[in-house]
Amino acid sequence: MAVASPTRPGGKRKPTRFKRNLRRNLSAYGFLSGALICFAFFSWYPIIREFILSFQENNFVDPPVWVGFDNFKTVFEDSAFKPAWVNTVVFTLLALVFGYAIPFLIAIVLNELRHARAYLRFVVYLPVMLPPAVAVLLFKWFYDPGPGLFNQMLGLANLPGLSWLDSTSTALLSLVIVSTWMNLGSGTLIYLAALQTIPSELYEAAELDGAGIIRRIWHVTIPQTKLILAVMLLLQIIATMQVFIEPYLLTGGGPENATVSVVYLMYQYAFNFTNFGAGSALGLMLMLVLMVFSVAYLRISREKNG
Amino acid sequence: MKSRKLTILLVTGIALTAAGCGGDDGDGDSGAGATPGQVSVTVACQPPKTAKEERRLWDEDVVAFEKLHPNIKVVSKDAFPCYEPKTFEAKLAGGQLEDVFYVNFPNVARIIQQGQATDISSYVGALKNGKDLRPDVTNIFKSGGKTYGVPRDGYGMGLVYNRKLFTKAGLDPNNPPKTWAEVREAAKKIAGLGAGYVGFGEYSGGNTGGWHFTASLYGRGGDAVTPDGTKAAFNTDQGKAVLQTLKDMRWTDNSMGTRRSIKWEDLMQQMAGGRMGMMLGAPDVTRDLQDKFRGKIEDFGVTAQPEATAALNGGSGYMFNRKASPEKIKAGLLWLEYQYLTPGKGQFDYPRLKAVGRPVGLPIPDLYGTTPPGQQIAADRKANATVPVENFAPYAAGTANVAAKPEPPLAQEIYAVLDTPMSAVLTRQDADVSKLLSDAEAKVNALLAKS
Repeated sequence: MAVASPTRPGGKRKPTRFKRNLRRNLSAYGFLSGALICFAFFSWYPIIREFILSFQENNFVDPPVWVGFDNFKTVFEDSAFKPAWVNTVVFTLLALVFGYAIPFLIAIVLNELRHARAYLRFVVYLPVMLPPAVAVLLFKWFYDPGPGLFNQMLGLANLPGLSWLDSTSTALLSLVIVSTWMNLGSGTLIYLAALQTIPSELYEAAELDGAGIIRRIWHVTIPQTKLILAVMLLLQIIATMQVFIEPYLLTGGGPENATVSVVYLMYQYAFNFTNFGAGSALGLMLMLVLMVFSVAYLRISREKNG
Repeated sequence: MKSRKLTILLVTGIALTAAGCGGDDGDGDSGAGATPGQVSVTVACQPPKTAKEERRLWDEDVVAFEKLHPNIKVVSKDAFPCYEPKTFEAKLAGGQLEDVFYVNFPNVARIIQQGQATDISSYVGALKNGKDLRPDVTNIFKSGGKTYGVPRDGYGMGLVYNRKLFTKAGLDPNNPPKTWAEVREAAKKIAGLGAGYVGFGEYSGGNTGGWHFTASLYGRGGDAVTPDGTKAAFNTDQGKAVLQTLKDMRWTDNSMGTRRSIKWEDLMQQMAGGRMGMMLGAPDVTRDLQDKFRGKIEDFGVTAQPEATAALNGGSGYMFNRKASPEKIKAGLLWLEYQYLTPGKGQFDYPRLKAVGRPVGLPIPDLYGTTPPGQQIAADRKANATVPVENFAPYAAGTANVAAKPEPPLAQEIYAVLDTPMSAVLTRQDADVSKLLSDAEAKVNALLAKS
């Protein structure tokens, strides 16, 4: 049985719920459209294009040729493929040890301080304000085996100098130090913001119960910030697995492939070997790995918001 | 009324966003500025606005050329650097690549192989001095009997050295090393000047190590791949000698410094800074040392590679867009001939270059060898020299009978593999030269087998 749509007095039809919602949210859609179009052009379209390119041979003049999984095979058989993944994973793990724990500890210290807090926050955040290329080149001088700052300091302490970027045993760790230094400020500020949301009553209660600083951190700080810690952990993994600028500017992937990373290898394929198919295939592999962490991040974020 | 305003807002938002996201310079290759009957041709590598004098000379040449050929409109494009691998494919895909595009020698073979340039075999016969061009240079642009481009400059790799440091170290700058043993001795003396002095500099990362390994290998008479391009050919006595010499200089003589160089600029900075004695390079390097790294061109000299029997060929040229019409190709070739291939015109207008203070007298570009146009260019160059030509005399004399060889197929992939042995001998005292070369050989063989 058809239901007549309700009409207003005077014969005018009452708008449907959909139209009412649309009208009510029209301005929101207007503002959103800009972001959606930019995302579509600069994020979603390139992702789809990368997916397609990874199964094609394309010289961008003639119609592309579908090559199935040939590009993936090329990447798998590359002698740099295994070192690139191993280096990326080791870099990520080392970056977690340094880049994840250190900012949290600094944030705790800053949170405990009563004096010069604003000044120290500025000092900690300062490296973030430097363009990454500048920061990396600054470390190039720090690491110089001759007149570099680090070896000069070791010399003052009567310790032998290190080869830093020029030794297979220290090159990757040297890149981790650069990366940690560059990103320290952002992480610290986020942790600090999270720490400041913890009700002070909890600390007071813990102090009354006789808890020292370690127990306060263990029983109050960490449980109260566990969601932000989890989110930061995943974001850190996602960011560090895409390490590129450090090996690109400091080591060129060497010595002896000791610092070649997955994204550096992608760059090689795309811009030095002009093999966009293989570069896209490698990018797709990395995307699939990062997607696992992204899904976990989304779940945790939802839990946090819920 | 309210909803109408909101609709306008929505549409405006979308339009503005689309305008912001997209973009068109409105100066494509569709005949911008051309009058009816004129052929408009877009040409790459107009000097950038920062190089005011060079740009002014280019613009003057365009005006003079258009006066000579009223039916041609040259539309100059000034992207800098002239060839950028990172944007080449994007320009191609977006229809923004010039009709006549610039390319460095290392990228020519790949562009031909990927079918990204048009065959101009049936047009190059129109070049007046075409038959006099050096075959080892024009061959760079040939494949399967077809021609795909025209050279702009070309030179073989030599040895660049700092004359001031030579003098300071008690060496004769007019008698540079002719053998690798002499290079070692000179490097030791220069490094002996004190902390921070480097006798001989070499690359070892970011594909530059493989590039210079190949240059040294060619100099010693070796080859990167077999003539049919199916196997690696560097695991030989010559290849071992390249690595062993570097290893000895680095660890036995301690004459190569402790810093690993991975980018082109790394050695250039050290050389221009007056702390490095020698490096492999062509005469154009001295111009870059002055223009880009604040060195003084008169402080440097260039000689042939020690014991050289062949030299890795470097240089650049122009190729044609696959979408260029026959009229555009003919017009483009006329422009290239005017600007780059005619004695007394364009890049060979030495009196004009001298008048604006550009360095004149370097033995490059050497496109014509000893043919009549080559002799005329050499005479013009000598008559208008502004740099001490005697500093480059050892190069000119030493390379006269040295064959220029092109880069191997899959050059960048092979260079990436060869970075490993280069970085190993310069960073590890216990590096095993034979093992490094056999490992690299296996990797390159696998690469070549796939291609």
